[in-house]
Amino acid sequence: MAKAKVAFFDFACCEGCQIEFTNYGEPAFLELLKHVEVVEFREAMSEKSKDPIDIAFIEGSFTREADRPRLEEIRRRAKVVIAYGQCATTAGINALKNHAADYKQCVYGKDASMPHLESQKALGVDKAIKVDYYAWGCPVNKYEVLQIVAHLLHGKEPVIPNYPVCVECKRRETVCRYEESDHCMGQTARAGCGAPCPADGIPCEACRGFVDNPNLAALKKVLMQRAGFSESRSESKSRMFTANQREDAR
Amino acid sequence: MKRDIKINVHHLTRVEGHGNIVVNVKNGKVEKCEWQVPEAPRFFEAMVRGRHYSEVARITSRICGICSVGHTLASLKATEAALGIRVTEQTRKLRMLLKHAENFDSHVLHVYFLAAPDLLGAPSVFPLVKTHAPVVARALRLKRLAHEWGSLIGGRTTHPTTCIPGGFAKLPTTQEILWLKEKLLAAVPDLQETLKTVLSLAGAVPAFERPTEYIALSSDTEYPLYDGVVQSTLPDASKERYLVADYRKVTNEYMTAASTAKFARNKLQSYAAGALARFNNNFDRLLPEAKDAASLLGLKPVCANPYMNTIAQVVEIVQSAYDSLRIIDELITAGVRDEGLVKPSKFSKGAGAVEVPRGILFHEYAYDNDGMCTMGNCIIPTNQNHANIQGDFDKLVPELLAQGKTEKQMELALEMLVRAYDPCISCSTHYLDVRFVR
Repeated sequence: MAKAKVAFFDFACCEGCQIEFTNYGEPAFLELLKHVEVVEFREAMSEKSKDPIDIAFIEGSFTREADRPRLEEIRRRAKVVIAYGQCATTAGINALKNHAADYKQCVYGKDASMPHLESQKALGVDKAIKVDYYAWGCPVNKYEVLQIVAHLLHGKEPVIPNYPVCVECKRRETVCRYEESDHCMGQTARAGCGAPCPADGIPCEACRGFVDNPNLAALKKVLMQRAGFSESRSESKSRMFTANQREDAR
Repeated sequence: MKRDIKINVHHLTRVEGHGNIVVNVKNGKVEKCEWQVPEAPRFFEAMVRGRHYSEVARITSRICGICSVGHTLASLKATEAALGIRVTEQTRKLRMLLKHAENFDSHVLHVYFLAAPDLLGAPSVFPLVKTHAPVVARALRLKRLAHEWGSLIGGRTTHPTTCIPGGFAKLPTTQEILWLKEKLLAAVPDLQETLKTVLSLAGAVPAFERPTEYIALSSDTEYPLYDGVVQSTLPDASKERYLVADYRKVTNEYMTAASTAKFARNKLQSYAAGALARFNNNFDRLLPEAKDAASLLGLKPVCANPYMNTIAQVVEIVQSAYDSLRIIDELITAGVRDEGLVKPSKFSKGAGAVEVPRGILFHEYAYDNDGMCTMGNCIIPTNQNHANIQGDFDKLVPELLAQGKTEKQMELALEMLVRAYDPCISCSTHYLDVRFVR
């Protein structure tokens, strides 16, 4: 079987999800290279091509109209497009700025109107092109990514969880953050990460976004009643990585 | 020789983030020579407004995937300064151990995956899997070690989980620290082989010098990554120190028309941050093993060849391994204790600095009495280096022309120069020089 041609592309993001790709270590990384041929990966290689791609990993958010042609070109070349990491799926943390009307002035001050600083709302790449699969998370779970690739190489549909992080905490017997007088968003957050944060003693902040049809009114109520948050803090908390998935998304 | 040269490198490869190199030479005269940063801006300082102090480091960590540990620690130090929190000695040691893991990790990535292909005449690391299999396998082993080392202390290396204001949400056990010691000791042969490989390639490092100002953290007691004051070393080796809280006096950021990142200058037209800047400022504080590595590789302070930054990174790989063994022994002797978190004693304004792989990183925040952030400012090493890269271009291009280099050779020399700085461009487009009012 010919190796699958794989390519990585980056837009507005921290490129941390690409870095996860280098964290597999020797056996897994070299084994992976037996099955895929990396044909384009700007952060790691100078080779470039215009050829068709089997799997395109797109990292980063769609924040500038100027980036649309690049995205369309990737879609044209790729059989399968994966939105790789939270910035690409829902714009994740980047979407936090969507709620601040003055973000450009805040950061660039008197220079804010310079033309090259153009930046529209931060959006997932599926607002520009069709996306086939979503690798959620900030950062992605690199083992889930391996599974997605393995499924695709075998011609199977990747299985991506649509249940809350609470399920994974129960499975690994992590004591609930609310029992530790903390707060948490695991009730509505999409699982698949393995729930590392509550196990490390910090709340889940839904870095993989929400499950489909989350009960956000209940989330807000729990943050207020059980964690003692003010209404405004429970609003801002529940927006942390999920600004574009809420009803008040701008 | 009156020549025309047109170099237009759009989205330079093997660097983190997006940068362009544009050079136009007409009739032997340089008409344009620019380092441009077109990275999409992301506006982090606007995102931290109105956020609780416990969330701020986890947001600013997302500025950069490679130095997310450094952003987390600089952010925590600034928040802790603003909140009157003095962390314990154990917390300081564990954070230093984590900082070492990040610098080691990032330097291995840069030296082996991003810089070495140029020295071996390959376009990337992937062809080297076939031609230099043992070297690639060694690089992956060292990378894996750094990842496990950082994950043990930080929970994970990309956006760490355990580091929070006042200490750690989860501590490693003394047993786990012992395991790390064994792992590090087992890596010593790989470090020695790294030095041999780099020594065999050192002849391919271009000879070019441009004396400039070097800025890094400095300390009288250690080669500083986590603590210290800000120090400048000028080409005449004169030094000056500044308090971290006065960082704006050093960075003096300004805007240019071609880049979404700001540029910085202090005493000269530009200054450099990064491994070479740390080496030039703090050579005396290196451990003997790291000094030996420097002498083996022919690196001496004050070195004014920016291409040697990669060699300084190799010296720091050795320094981080041996300094971590020292810290580990102290932690094992004392035993890792559950100390609880140090609580805030006030809500005000504070700044913090750490040395990330690419140089000195500053964060600053102000908090209101509810512990909510009202102001944030992050000054990133790569944007402190942009003006220095431009300064190098201005000197290097005429030199390459005079040497009669071809367009292709010039392009490679310029690309290698930018790569030597190991820029972290997506970091560098998140700066702020303006106060905001809630």
